[in-house]
Amino acid sequence: MPAICRDCLTTFEEGRRCPTCRSPRVTAHPELFQLTIAHMDCDAFYASVEKLDNPELRDKPVIVGGGKRGVVSTACYLARIKGVRSAMPMFQALKLCPEAVVVHGRMQRYVEVSRQVRAMMDELTPVVEPLSLDEAFMDLTGTARLHGAPPAVMLARLVKRMRDEIGITGSIGLSHNKFLAKVASDLDKPRGFSVIGAAETGEFLRDKPIRMIWGIGPAAQESLDRAGIRTFNDLLRWEKDDLIHRFGGMGDRLWHLARGQDRRRVSPNAPVKSISKETTFFEDTGNTDVLDGHIWRLAEQVSDRAKAKGMAGRVVTLKLKRASHKLLTRQHQLHQPTQMADRIYRTCRALLDQLGDEGPYRLLGVGISHLVDASEADREGDLLDPDAGRRTEAERAADLIRKKFGKDAIIKGRALR
Amino acid sequence: MKFSIERAVLLKAVAQAQSVVERRNTIPILANVLIEAEGDSVQFRATDLDIEVVDRAPAKVERAGATTVAAVTLNEIVRKLPDGALVTLAEDGASGRLTIEAGRSNFSLATLPKEDFPVMASSDYQTNFSAPAPMLRRLFDKSKFAISTEETRYYLNGVYMHVSEADGGKVLRCVATDGHRLARIDADLPEGADGMPGVIVPRKTVGELRKLLDDDEAQIAVSVSETKVRFATPDITLISKVIDGTFPDYSRVIPTGNTRRLEVDAAEFAKAVDRVATVSSERSRAVKLSLDEDRLILSVNAPDSGAAEEELAVAYGDERLEIGFNAKYLLEIASQVDRENAVFLFNSSGDPTLMREGNDTSAVYVVMPMRV
Repeated sequence: MPAICRDCLTTFEEGRRCPTCRSPRVTAHPELFQLTIAHMDCDAFYASVEKLDNPELRDKPVIVGGGKRGVVSTACYLARIKGVRSAMPMFQALKLCPEAVVVHGRMQRYVEVSRQVRAMMDELTPVVEPLSLDEAFMDLTGTARLHGAPPAVMLARLVKRMRDEIGITGSIGLSHNKFLAKVASDLDKPRGFSVIGAAETGEFLRDKPIRMIWGIGPAAQESLDRAGIRTFNDLLRWEKDDLIHRFGGMGDRLWHLARGQDRRRVSPNAPVKSISKETTFFEDTGNTDVLDGHIWRLAEQVSDRAKAKGMAGRVVTLKLKRASHKLLTRQHQLHQPTQMADRIYRTCRALLDQLGDEGPYRLLGVGISHLVDASEADREGDLLDPDAGRRTEAERAADLIRKKFGKDAIIKGRALR
Repeated sequence: MKFSIERAVLLKAVAQAQSVVERRNTIPILANVLIEAEGDSVQFRATDLDIEVVDRAPAKVERAGATTVAAVTLNEIVRKLPDGALVTLAEDGASGRLTIEAGRSNFSLATLPKEDFPVMASSDYQTNFSAPAPMLRRLFDKSKFAISTEETRYYLNGVYMHVSEADGGKVLRCVATDGHRLARIDADLPEGADGMPGVIVPRKTVGELRKLLDDDEAQIAVSVSETKVRFATPDITLISKVIDGTFPDYSRVIPTGNTRRLEVDAAEFAKAVDRVATVSSERSRAVKLSLDEDRLILSVNAPDSGAAEEELAVAYGDERLEIGFNAKYLLEIASQVDRENAVFLFNSSGDPTLMREGNDTSAVYVVMPMRV
């Protein structure tokens, strides 16, 4: 059976240890050198970056996340042993692992490291589809001749380089489609390398739970539960038409996934459809002044992102989550697309004023969608708001100042609310 | 209730009523038209709670009475009846059905009790005056294109009708704007209109009102209070709530110091704008106006789809100027001009531009330029 040593990258046919370096970190699979669709997932990415930058943290459980009300965004593997999980409320995490060091996320730094990883992936194939900062799909079909080595070898080299040159680790899933590649990368974390071949797909999936499918959340899970579908085996008993009838588009997809089929291509540069930011408050609030401050700060972040991408949105969305977790969203279609924080803020503020709901809220989000190129944005003034043009100019000037002297060089008073 | 009525007369009355009725209704009675027969006429009344229209038509009433039926269905039936038919509508009160007979056609419609029909409370109208239909037609037709559809600016969702001072004294004035263009139309102040409270007439009301104004000879009785406005002909009465809001101070929006004067044949101009805008793929099609002595070049440059240019002979004697506009807005204001040349007054490429017909200041339009 073809095998590869993930430490010294030797390929060989026989044995459970590497014949060259005697390492036990060997991946062997009959289809190892034929499969071409991969998913790379960094291990506890944010926490790993923190440990990388601060070696004192290396042997301590580290939780990256926000404040007393916040949630865990990443926990290192030492913390995970104690039961800490992503998206867990921070107080609960600290109960499980009181000795953990909690660090606030430094998004800019993560973006920086993510770019280094991305650069390495780009050397493997032009078809890289990032899902977030720390994971991506890669299609290595047809690259074997170029690299002089099959995809499996190149992927093992990628994670080795990530570890040696950047200092973070990742896990690889290798299979014949995106769905299974993503499933595979999760099988043997951290520092894993798992393979799901075409021949074993049916056998592999049979008893696995449906919630393993990326995109099946609690709501979908519940409706599947009602239909008596828990495992892939349950799914196989359904006719395609019945699934479609009951679950719509998702039914069709489920029918194919149950058979290990996923036709989606790895698509680089998946178009951005919206830009949004949200924040969970330290304390629930219905105070308009406080909410106003949050709207401004988020509008500014959304605007920064839009400006960086050279995009503008025609629809502005305000999202509020009540203390009871009930979600309220309001949208407004602008007369012309915008990328200016001022207009996003004013639109959201009007939406808030017209909401007719007093809160309190635990979360607020601001977003723009129906994106167009920035050249189509903010081109027309407003007769009834003659200052709008001057505010736009002021914002552009402030952007330039920030670019030169740093983010906090100039801020609006309302950002301090 | 039982009456006979000529099909054409019935259709006109019912059509007017059903257009007020909202298509999607949560309150069943609001989908109905109230029919009241008495003496030698029948009244058709419909409402959406903001607008009420009452249409009176002559009929041969055999038995007085009243009932309500679905306005849209009744309209459809009457519309499909042959021209010239005599239609008999009858309701006996017990069956809860309205029967419609015409020739050999027979219909029976479900009714709802007339008591449930909401009749709009009357208002104390402070101002009452009479205005010829062509005058009101001009005031509203020339301003309504600028009405805003933005719900966040609900106070712009109508035409602001009020009394104002102009050069020649007091005028009856209609203003509409959506923040990108503005129309200000003046008419001689009708007798009795002085002191009228300024009201914002909602977009839908403007549309309904238009149907009362087709007859050149008609005199429209206008009544205005702080909260309602009423337009009436001998046959039709339209009552509408006005928008509860403050119309912004538009006077500071209208530029007074614009000196760069362009005079152009409005129809030629509109056609040229329409032609060059064809190549633009954007939703807001930007057209650039490049002005030089007695020469105007209209151009569109859309990197993704193409470019277009057209030159027009115009009267222009000022410095060179380049200014961009939304093509749709230019077309709309140019189409308001029907007698003389269009006169544009510019300031700079970033300032509002004024347009009027010749030297007539009784209809002025303001349009905001666009970055090109």
